[in-house]
Amino acid sequence: MRSPARSTRRFGSQVLQLMHDTGHAMFMLLEAAYFMRYAFSKRSRTETATQMFTTGIKSLAVITVVALFTGMILALQTGLELRRYGQEVYIGSAVAVSMIREMGPFMTGLIIAASVGSAIAAQIGTMTVSEEIAALEVMSINPNRFLVMPRLVALIVMMPLLTVYTNILGILGGALVGATQLGVSVQAYMDNATQFATNKDLYVGLFKAGVFGIVITAVSCHQGFMTTEGAVGVGRATRRAVIISFLIILVLGYVITRLFYI
Amino acid sequence: MIRFENITKALGGKTVLDRISFEVSEGETLVIVGLSGAGKSVTLKHMIRLMQPDSGVVMIDGESINDLGRSALQVTRTKFGMLFQSAALLQWMSVKDNVALPLREHMKISEEEIEKRVASKLNLLNLSDAGDKFPANLSGGMQKRVGLARAIIMNPKIVLYDEPTSGLDPVTSRRIDDLIVDMRKELGITSVVVTHDLHSALFIGTRIMMLHEGRIVENAPPEEFIRSKNETVQSFLESQYITKKGKWETGLSHE
Ligand SMILES: Nc1ncnc2c1ncn2[C@@H]1O[C@H](COP(=O)(O)OP(=O)(O)OP(=O)(O)O)[C@@H](O)[C@H]1O
Ligand SMILES: [Mg+2]
Repeated sequence: MRSPARSTRRFGSQVLQLMHDTGHAMFMLLEAAYFMRYAFSKRSRTETATQMFTTGIKSLAVITVVALFTGMILALQTGLELRRYGQEVYIGSAVAVSMIREMGPFMTGLIIAASVGSAIAAQIGTMTVSEEIAALEVMSINPNRFLVMPRLVALIVMMPLLTVYTNILGILGGALVGATQLGVSVQAYMDNATQFATNKDLYVGLFKAGVFGIVITAVSCHQGFMTTEGAVGVGRATRRAVIISFLIILVLGYVITRLFYI
Repeated sequence: MIRFENITKALGGKTVLDRISFEVSEGETLVIVGLSGAGKSVTLKHMIRLMQPDSGVVMIDGESINDLGRSALQVTRTKFGMLFQSAALLQWMSVKDNVALPLREHMKISEEEIEKRVASKLNLLNLSDAGDKFPANLSGGMQKRVGLARAIIMNPKIVLYDEPTSGLDPVTSRRIDDLIVDMRKELGITSVVVTHDLHSALFIGTRIMMLHEGRIVENAPPEEFIRSKNETVQSFLESQYITKKGKWETGLSHE
């Protein structure tokens, strides 16, 4: 049995470590944000463009499938319930509002964290253990400008764009299920959707997407920089980057909805 | 030029450097030898504050770098070029771009000028054909040479080499040794070289320092070093078939 005093001390030091890490990640993020004004300067623009391209392209296939099926599941699930009251046509608004406000940014965030975030953590982690980060420092090249900033720009721009794409496909998936399984014409579905989904829903959704982009960059880069102990460490950093991003996305998704809708 | 005053550093619960003091003057080539894990790389990293001592002071050009702010540290670091033990090239950039990186980041010069400077350094290190290759497609020895080209592209006053010739064939190794000697004689560059190869240490070094169990066990010019009374040094020499009686050409002897 571990003594209570020792467990408390252990817990205490873990809390301190967490605060230290969070502070470190925040500093990194702020500095990268400061350098964003150089995103398209001569020495950074190639890297920024490359990051935007890979972020946008890398997960497009997965996002397409996930978005379609999310919309289809939402439509089927709510449609079956609504049919009991003869109100199937309301799947239009049910799917559109939940996609735009919640599911779109949420699904996109999870997929980007798993694909792009993990790749960032693995790459920066590898650079850390093979002394490439140290080499940058010796050359007086700030890693936060050189590595973090282009990724931050890419994710802040691409997350909302990809979320719009997810939303559109999700709503289309819902229309498909409505027309084929529930007898709701595409016309009626769209009318109902546009009647209830507001601009506010869209803005809040896109705001969320941008915030998730910042979270994924910060967590993944930070885990990469904290990597120790060679290849094993890189694996650990990658896994932690994905798990921590998932958790923060989940919690922040709730908090932001709560802030704007109550 | 570089001075360590009572540097102590513990890593992973073990004292790696134990109150180390030594000095490297301008135009010298100090060679650091020692068994694997003796703290040679750690010593190099302290010179440019990639690591901070637990206690003691590191002085560069008469100024402590322990508490330098970020921009002052950057200024100090521009005096240095460093070749890492693992070469530390950026994997997604070609050889040319890796070598050009410090120029692109810090100099406002034309692309033609950059190309010209890069080509001359690649040529110097026998890498002219490798310019468009990527680090992953190079042998370990070639990566080392690219790392060296990058370390000297800004013409630094001080160059730190962490095992510049390990993993290189004997012919290329001698070429690198010659380069280090030339840089000292022709450009007055100050160098600190970590190596396991005593033959090259005797050839390039103006002084050889041996680290063992956190302490400096010998720090002397090559001729004295091979005659050292210290047992650790003697067994290190014998392991590489170097005896007191042997006649070894040193970098100093042919001056
Ligand atoms: N970042 C670190 N964290 C923990 N321990 C470290 C770290 N860096 C080095 N060490 C330890 O410090 C000691 C000295 O390491 P160093 O890399 O200086 O050895 P070295 O003399 O360069 O050896 P080699 O010839 O194998 O390169 C080793 O025991 C190593 O395990
Ligand atoms: Mg070493």
